[in-house]
Amino acid sequence: MRNLEDFQKEVGASDPVCVRGGGTQWALGGLPNLGCREVLAPGGLVAFQPAEMTVTVGAGMRLTDLTTVLSEQGQEVALEGGEGATVGGLLAVGRSSMRWCRIGTARDTLLQADCVGADGEIFRAGGPTVKNVTGYDLCRLLVGSLGTLGLFGRVTLRTRPIPETTVWIGGCTDYSLVVQKCYRPATLLWDGKRVAIRLEGYYEDVEEEAAVLKSEFGLERLGEVPQLPLHRSRWNGSLPLGGFLEVFSGIVYSAIAGVPPGPPSAVLDLANRLKKGFDPAARLNPGRDPYQFL
Amino acid sequence: MLGKQKKSVDNLQSDLEAVVGVDFVHSGNAAKHLYSKDGSSIRGGQPGFVCLPASAEEVAACIKVAVKHDRAFVPRGAGTGLAGGAVPCDDPVVISTARMTKILEVDLDRRIAWVQPGVINLDLTRYLRGTGFHFAPDPSSQQSCTIGGNVANNSGGPHCLAYGVTSAHVAAVEVALPNGELVVLGEEQGDPFGYDLRGAFVGGEGTLGLATRIAVRLTRDPPIVQTLLLDFASVEEAAQTVSAVIAAGIVPAAMELMDQKVVQAVEPYARAGYPLDAAAVLIVELDGLLGGVSRETKKISEIARIHGTRSVRIAADKEERDRIWKGRKGAFGAIAKIKPSYYLHDTVIPRTRLAEVISGVTDIAEKHGLIVMNVFHAGDGNLHPLLVFDHREPGVMEAVYSAGEEIVRLSIEVGGVLSGEHGIGLEKRAFMPLLFSPNDLRAQRTLRDAFDPQGISNPHKVLPTGASCGDLQGLPEMPDGAWI
Repeated sequence: MRNLEDFQKEVGASDPVCVRGGGTQWALGGLPNLGCREVLAPGGLVAFQPAEMTVTVGAGMRLTDLTTVLSEQGQEVALEGGEGATVGGLLAVGRSSMRWCRIGTARDTLLQADCVGADGEIFRAGGPTVKNVTGYDLCRLLVGSLGTLGLFGRVTLRTRPIPETTVWIGGCTDYSLVVQKCYRPATLLWDGKRVAIRLEGYYEDVEEEAAVLKSEFGLERLGEVPQLPLHRSRWNGSLPLGGFLEVFSGIVYSAIAGVPPGPPSAVLDLANRLKKGFDPAARLNPGRDPYQFL
Repeated sequence: MLGKQKKSVDNLQSDLEAVVGVDFVHSGNAAKHLYSKDGSSIRGGQPGFVCLPASAEEVAACIKVAVKHDRAFVPRGAGTGLAGGAVPCDDPVVISTARMTKILEVDLDRRIAWVQPGVINLDLTRYLRGTGFHFAPDPSSQQSCTIGGNVANNSGGPHCLAYGVTSAHVAAVEVALPNGELVVLGEEQGDPFGYDLRGAFVGGEGTLGLATRIAVRLTRDPPIVQTLLLDFASVEEAAQTVSAVIAAGIVPAAMELMDQKVVQAVEPYARAGYPLDAAAVLIVELDGLLGGVSRETKKISEIARIHGTRSVRIAADKEERDRIWKGRKGAFGAIAKIKPSYYLHDTVIPRTRLAEVISGVTDIAEKHGLIVMNVFHAGDGNLHPLLVFDHREPGVMEAVYSAGEEIVRLSIEVGGVLSGEHGIGLEKRAFMPLLFSPNDLRAQRTLRDAFDPQGISNPHKVLPTGASCGDLQGLPEMPDGAWI
């Protein structure tokens, strides 16, 4: 099996390279430039320590494979992806799970990363423990950077217990009323008329909250999980046709991709200084731009 | 030459005064002395000037003045930091946020509050009382420390076990960059757009600029809170209980360990009814909805019994709960009864190895003839060994430094890290190469340089520089309101 050092050799120290994960969000932020050499991060489980609630994997490991391993010990990670998505790919994109306000964001999931930098050398960001303020927080910077600052080779993630039960309920009501009646729903979607709520946790707590929401607002169990449109934009006070608002994140899911705001020039200057510092020759994932998607 | 420098200093003072007013620029000996320290036992230089701006614009203007005069600046909150992060090096302009104490906006629908950096952590939670929300990070210094300081240090606290440290609770932050530009990093809602500059800034220990406005996420108050006090005949059994609780898939809101010396020192003050004959007590807090809290209480009680707990006490009401926490979070002046000086460490280790490391820490202290007291965030493996001693004893400081270094090395050996919540500051710069390769450190340097190409924001902190600013010293006495 390929390891981190093999990946390092493949990346090398010159020529543009792009790293391919599962390809599930390949065009997000722009396709890699034509002719750019494609590399794959190593996969495979390195170490799962259920009693620490941490897991270390090759960044190329598929999320579904990781989920299988973790679920055997009743654990999961706060990442969510399509069929074939890899751990490294999901971190590079950095979109949080719809359940983020209960389980944490994609950024808070990454504890340590061994990356191959633009100079072909390996650098380590973060640390292996669940709590750590040793030095600068490079992990959060790398998550969502679309591999433009460094390429994830091996990562340590925070795991968490899988909730005992999960229920979707929904119906016609005002979401702001619902918010006050449930303690920590995992997701609250609103399509302009109806709400859909994901409750998770201990069986009796979920049952009780579902019962309260039924008696107060007439919310019923949903036969199927809401299927969300592909694209994301930000809530601006109105919902596009067929769109859903995820209330706690302000993210709108609809058929239309949102137009990212142009960041102020001072922010862009800072971003450019970072890019230049980490990748002076702009060889890492050229063509992909984290400022081109929401 | 001397005349020229004098003139430049005069100009710097008058330029700062032009920004914040003559009343809010200090350069007298008293101010220089006061602002030369923080909560640590590290002594470095003194500030050249101290200024107290009242707004983001004034902060940015102060930084521009410093840039113009080629002076470093040091951001400062309440000065409660424990790693020397606010100790000035290079005669800098110290920029204090003490006048920036406004809670600017609270939006309960979006669960966001915008605050100025000088707002005291606990003041925000007090302000929110009755709304059903609070600010989750709760460092033990929360009665004095500022939210701006929490952002700079990515502060933790007992309840960060379940809720995450400060970074998880900062949605956006307006920053006065080291070139004096004001930028907003992060988003009020949703994942940050583009590079997560917000995430990179949080925990930057004042070396990446100064937070001038902060959008913090607000957390729902839990409907049910249950606090358990578990009593053990050995520290090992208490530590094993912690590991076993996590291994059972339970993440309590907080899980704190105090050893016998700590319990005996704080009980007369807290009157929490801690068992004075226990070798260790665990405070475990569970919160959420009734079903989960009841089941976790039962499960943890069982685990504790398997590991030899002598008793499980459940706080009957808020008053009893508050007393239990008062002992944990409250004044540690009581420790001064044992020895007049102390040195507090902060490392993190894998939480499956608590028992062996605590025993190792005890051995290290004994070998050096020191007393060690343990009170720490056991649930996330965040150790706080407290070495107590009398600084007047000859050679004792050398023993304290040696023991401290051995504790750090032991933590790293078992797979831990240098700091869980106090940060690196001046204190642990030299230890950074124990954890990071030169290439790892270069990557961190790249981040720092992008924010601060001139290296004028809180210089010499965090990364090893070879500069000599900052020495550890034994504190002659326990300061009022010290915390751990």
